[in-house]
Amino acid sequence: MTTTALAPDMTDSRSWWQKPRNVAIVAGVVVFLAVLGWLGTRDLTFTTDVQPDGSTSFDWAFFWSLVPDMLNAMTVTAWATVTSFVVALVLGLFMALGRRSTMKWISWPVTAFIEFIRSTPLLVQLFFLYYGLPSLGIVLGPLQALTIGLGVHYATYCSEAYRAGINSVPHGQWEAATAMNLKPSTTWTRIIIPQAVPNVLPALGNFLVAGFKDAPLGFTVGVTGLMFFATTIQARYFRPVEPYILIGIGFLLVSLPAAWLVRRLERYMSYERI
Amino acid sequence: MDQLILSSDRYARLWEGTQITLGVLAASFVLGVVLSLLFGVMRLSDRRFVRGFALAYVEFARGISSIVLLFIMAYAVPILFGLPQENVFILASVALGLNMGGYGAEIIRGAIESVPKGQSEASVALNLTNMQRLRFIVLPQAMRVILPPMGNLTIEILKGTALVSLVSLSDIAFRIDLFRTNAALAETRTPDWILYLNALVIYFVIAQIINGIFRYFERRTNAKYESRNRPLPASDVAPAGMVK
Amino acid sequence: MSGSDTSTNGSGPAVSDKGAAAVTMRGVNKAFGDNVVLDELDMDVAAGERVVIIGPSGSGKTTILRVIMTLERIDSGSITIGDDPLYHMPDGTTPANEKRIREVRSHIGMVFQHFNLFPHMSALENIMLAPVKVHGVSRDEAEQRGLDLLEMVGLRQHANHTPGQLSGGQKQRVAIARSLATRPAVMLFDEVTSALDPELVGDVLAVLKEIAEEGETTMMLVTHEMGFAREVADRVVMFDHGKILESGTPQQIMQEPEHERTRSFLQAVLDH
Ligand SMILES: Nc1ncnc2c1ncn2[C@@H]1O[C@H](COP(=O)(O)OP(=O)(O)OP(=O)(O)O)[C@@H](O)[C@H]1O
Ligand SMILES: [Mg+2]
Repeated sequence: MTTTALAPDMTDSRSWWQKPRNVAIVAGVVVFLAVLGWLGTRDLTFTTDVQPDGSTSFDWAFFWSLVPDMLNAMTVTAWATVTSFVVALVLGLFMALGRRSTMKWISWPVTAFIEFIRSTPLLVQLFFLYYGLPSLGIVLGPLQALTIGLGVHYATYCSEAYRAGINSVPHGQWEAATAMNLKPSTTWTRIIIPQAVPNVLPALGNFLVAGFKDAPLGFTVGVTGLMFFATTIQARYFRPVEPYILIGIGFLLVSLPAAWLVRRLERYMSYERI
Repeated sequence: MDQLILSSDRYARLWEGTQITLGVLAASFVLGVVLSLLFGVMRLSDRRFVRGFALAYVEFARGISSIVLLFIMAYAVPILFGLPQENVFILASVALGLNMGGYGAEIIRGAIESVPKGQSEASVALNLTNMQRLRFIVLPQAMRVILPPMGNLTIEILKGTALVSLVSLSDIAFRIDLFRTNAALAETRTPDWILYLNALVIYFVIAQIINGIFRYFERRTNAKYESRNRPLPASDVAPAGMVK
Repeated sequence: MSGSDTSTNGSGPAVSDKGAAAVTMRGVNKAFGDNVVLDELDMDVAAGERVVIIGPSGSGKTTILRVIMTLERIDSGSITIGDDPLYHMPDGTTPANEKRIREVRSHIGMVFQHFNLFPHMSALENIMLAPVKVHGVSRDEAEQRGLDLLEMVGLRQHANHTPGQLSGGQKQRVAIARSLATRPAVMLFDEVTSALDPELVGDVLAVLKEIAEEGETTMMLVTHEMGFAREVADRVVMFDHGKILESGTPQQIMQEPEHERTRSFLQAVLDH
């Protein structure tokens, strides 16, 4: 965005939700999520009418016949990513606040938990939730296990991003808030958080993209996403090449534009700050 | 509390699994670092073609899911290129190394860019070759910026190694899962959650060791910026050359 | 010349008798985009000569030194160091390749305004680097010479200190020692005192004077220290808009400049 394009915005006194463009963006996202939630929670089974020709070379007809099912599986993976990410955003905030706490008996266990989750594999964490917890009488469904596992894992990342964002607000801002005798809640909502958000948003965007790349791990606990699709096809037709290449391409088609959007957001945010 | 501890026989098997985990980690780390350096430097090349190629690799390696890349490597690549499928260890390490290289290249590129331009100019004025400039001047200074995120990346790759259990390499994650599926047969039954907790703790310990190693190298790198305590020859030798 | 693995069988630039050319610039053009910085520049510097370059900010003084050091490439024209074309193969017409440029560059040294010392190396290591890595001198010999050079700039006791532990003036003296270590025939100095606190300037100028008095090195200095210029310069060159406005002995330029532009520039510098 050029400075001339920015100039009218600067003098615009409407709140962000009063601007048509922003309303359109929010409405678009809501509709997208609603459709995704509807598509992504269907029960899927994967079959295809096209029988592979049995040769070892790449079978294009078979490949194309897999595309619709791959797209179905993609909605499951994408929806699991979205729900986990919501968990991560909220839980991460509590973790960040817990870690900042001046009470040792809160900050210490929270810090230890964050460090532990961050340095151990998501796969084993998923196994713990899905196969381990029943021995304690807690039984989770596949999607629940994935949402909690992925959500908690990324909550630890988000908490670090929040922490960095909060720390990036200059100390003088706190002092000014104290000098103006603001309530702590006002200080947070009107002073600190608005300034921390631009520093945090790009990092969160990166985590969303990264979470999407980890979500297919759900196939190990029976979530019918992209990897589940590919392993099912592989087992049924004894052909690994086409399904894995297909989901590889599917991934790049989503994650590359997403990463590009995050970079744009990053640049946009650094403009806003000037 | 001793309920949390597994039998020594199981720990022996977990130790074998740990060696496989560490083996995959070491192999993919070496490949990852080589690719990081190569593509990180290529990203800054004067030649458009070289820059573009490096960018394509970085975008690919970071854009694709490591689990998908691993399965492509382990199942699709051997068929497509007629490679022996038995060598899952190498194929899996290559997948993780490729993945690490994409992220590492960006770390290296950023670190090289953070070294002030004057350092390169002084190297040119002293007539160092491009390789010497990289090796003696730029990389040693970039190292301060490289080491902390590289440590984090290495821990991410450690976490990634657990995926190789899914292509039937018998690492820590693989063996723990085996304990659970065989548990029905075992006479002394350990609750499943304790099995997985044990595996998680092993990974955690390895991660802390990696952390420690990187901290050590960070300290050593920073020590270069402090004075040397190396004795100098006495100055009573009659100075020669330009000195009067 | 101590082990120049790149020297062209002794056909390096003549350094002894004044009169032989050390640097010859012919029709040199250099522009950054639309901004023409060097405009058909001709300039000669004799071997052993000390030339001080002055001129207003942005007139292209730094750029002259940088194109000689090959930190910027010229758009057209030629630069010759001694008898060796810098940007051309020995035939004088074919554009030089990297190897050729490195060969000729080994006769040139440069000291920067902001020192550009390597912060991860001690003063001595900074000085030893090029002799050992570029010229293949043994470590012992390079260390001995490094210590001698440090002695000359009055910093022998700081040999083991890193740049972060030195003052600006000390850093600059180490930087001078570093570029002397490979015994370049031509030395370029770009405002080497202007980043220093006033009380540290004297030490650095004293070192420059010592090099000048020794008389073997061709020196091109960009500086606004007119007192220093009067003392050591054989010639002062006034530069403006990418061209030489006038050139002459320090006395000529400072006492009776031909151009009003020079007079007002000097006035401004001296008032400062
Ligand atoms: N790398 C570059 N890219 C674009 N323009 C440049 C670059 N280097 C120098 N210039 C421009 O070239 C012109 C001459 O710059 P130069 O540094 O040679 O001036 P100078 O005489 O050394 O000035 P000063 O006394 O301020 O150091 C200036 O207009 C400058 O903006
Ligand atoms: Mg200048």
